[in-house]
Amino acid sequence: MIEKSCDKFRIVAASTHTRYLMRNIWTIAKREYDNYFNSPLAYVVAFAVLLPMGIYFALIMWISSQSAAMGGPAPESTPINWLFVFVMIFLSPALTMRLLSDEARMGTLELLLTAPIRDFELVTGKWLGAFMFILSLASVTLVFPIIMNNYVTPGLDLRALASSYLGLILVCSALLGLGVGISAIFTNQFAAFFTTLGLFFFLWFMVTLPAGYLQQGGDVLNYLSLSSHFSQSMNNGTINLGDIVYYISLTALGLFIGSTAIEIRRWR
Amino acid sequence: MIKVSGLTKDYGARRAIHNLNFDAQQGEIVGFLGPNGAGKTTTLRILTGYMPPTDGEAIVAGYDVVEESLEVRKRVGYLPETVPLYTDMVVFDYLKFMGELRKIPNVDDRVDEVLDMVGLLDRADGYIGNLSKGMRQRVGLAQALLHRPEVLILDEPTIGLDPGQVVEVRELIRAIGKERTVLLSTHLLNEAQNICDRVLIINQGRIVAEDTTENLQARLLGAERVILRVRGETDDLAKTILQVKGVQGVETKPDGAVEFEFSSGKDLRPEVARKVIGAGYDLLELRSLGMSLEEIFLELTGADKKK
Repeated sequence: MIEKSCDKFRIVAASTHTRYLMRNIWTIAKREYDNYFNSPLAYVVAFAVLLPMGIYFALIMWISSQSAAMGGPAPESTPINWLFVFVMIFLSPALTMRLLSDEARMGTLELLLTAPIRDFELVTGKWLGAFMFILSLASVTLVFPIIMNNYVTPGLDLRALASSYLGLILVCSALLGLGVGISAIFTNQFAAFFTTLGLFFFLWFMVTLPAGYLQQGGDVLNYLSLSSHFSQSMNNGTINLGDIVYYISLTALGLFIGSTAIEIRRWR
Repeated sequence: MIKVSGLTKDYGARRAIHNLNFDAQQGEIVGFLGPNGAGKTTTLRILTGYMPPTDGEAIVAGYDVVEESLEVRKRVGYLPETVPLYTDMVVFDYLKFMGELRKIPNVDDRVDEVLDMVGLLDRADGYIGNLSKGMRQRVGLAQALLHRPEVLILDEPTIGLDPGQVVEVRELIRAIGKERTVLLSTHLLNEAQNICDRVLIINQGRIVAEDTTENLQARLLGAERVILRVRGETDDLAKTILQVKGVQGVETKPDGAVEFEFSSGKDLRPEVARKVIGAGYDLLELRSLGMSLEEIFLELTGADKKK
């Protein structure tokens, strides 16, 4: 009887613990999300993403309307999502650069590190705040397929569209995870920005370059590429577990780097 | 409430604090007095769970700062030296954010309560970036008080405040110190004397003296230095003063003022004044200089060596 109630207590304690864990992450994330809209950065990033997407969308619509008269293929919306991800390679470092580096510079990190939250809750909360911002931005881009859907019979391939958006969200998750991790290493936000940008550039464009010249190991390099799991996979309507694992692993790696960097900061 | 034993911290090859031992009870205000770079901030940072010590142990509110850091942090209110504020946030929102991190129930009401305590209720809707330094200091203090901490750790709490605010903040700290444990650092002797029940004097990472404020004051008043100024000629002034029994170390400054000292116990100022006036001088000023912190350290470290 006593044992049973003990078990019950333990379960209650564990669930309270999980709730607290989420609450800490949520508190940090919420502030960060609100903070984006207090700064011009959010609007600049939104503008810089949505403008090229809108132009590209208009172009696709125009070209397909021309070719449709001659029996050409129906337009697809997934190339527009590719553009979102491509632009994010360059812009997401701007979203993550100051997340932790600026806290260190302003001294507010001291406040957060003496509050009753764990280092990884802080880092994860920062990531979640940025992630929620990207989700908001991505949800705005849904207008493109919705409009396009009205002009295509029998409508867009919704499963391909869902796959494309899943890919988009996963890529952004990985980008932001790595960005937050790098931001934790630096005190200067521009150092964080350029390091993050360099890493993304390398992972997106360059890591596969030597693959063609290698006798062996080319596959490994191809697997490491940020773009292949999206451009040649999820954005074409194929969902592979391997691709999902790749992006989630990168996110986790970024958050791990961030937590470790904060931990090291404490010991210094 | 606070128990520190053998606390040591190295930054690379430099040893910031050496083997500190002290404790603080509930309802006690303990002052950490020392010059800049003495290791005050380092010690406070260890006690708040911000960073681990290299060696030694610290128990705060019943928990080990390394092993049970989160439990310690739940029970400690901390005002760092550089007041950590998000300048782009509204005062109320900032405190609410901190309150949510500390999981305070009815956080809105509590924020209003604390803002009232530090006298910033009318600035609740203003941006932190628009506040004066003194006001920011008080927002930082509000943040430290928010969760009714058992232990309050304040790093230079009155720095940058104007005199009126200093008095207010000191009163606030004294009120809090009646029930809770307060550990504060300062480099001002009179501040330590003013607020603290007990003072730890730290220099170059070591505690050089630990005593109640009264005892320390008595020890420090080994000699009192006084400055004296008269109108006009000062040729024989030094000689005149020396005629008073007990006066030592007479020194004429380039601007004509004369400094001298006498051992404490008996204040010789009235006698000196009579003598100077009796000799026909127009006495303008006769003021105790007190002791600078540097002199106190010389005194204390010197005294310790003699033991």
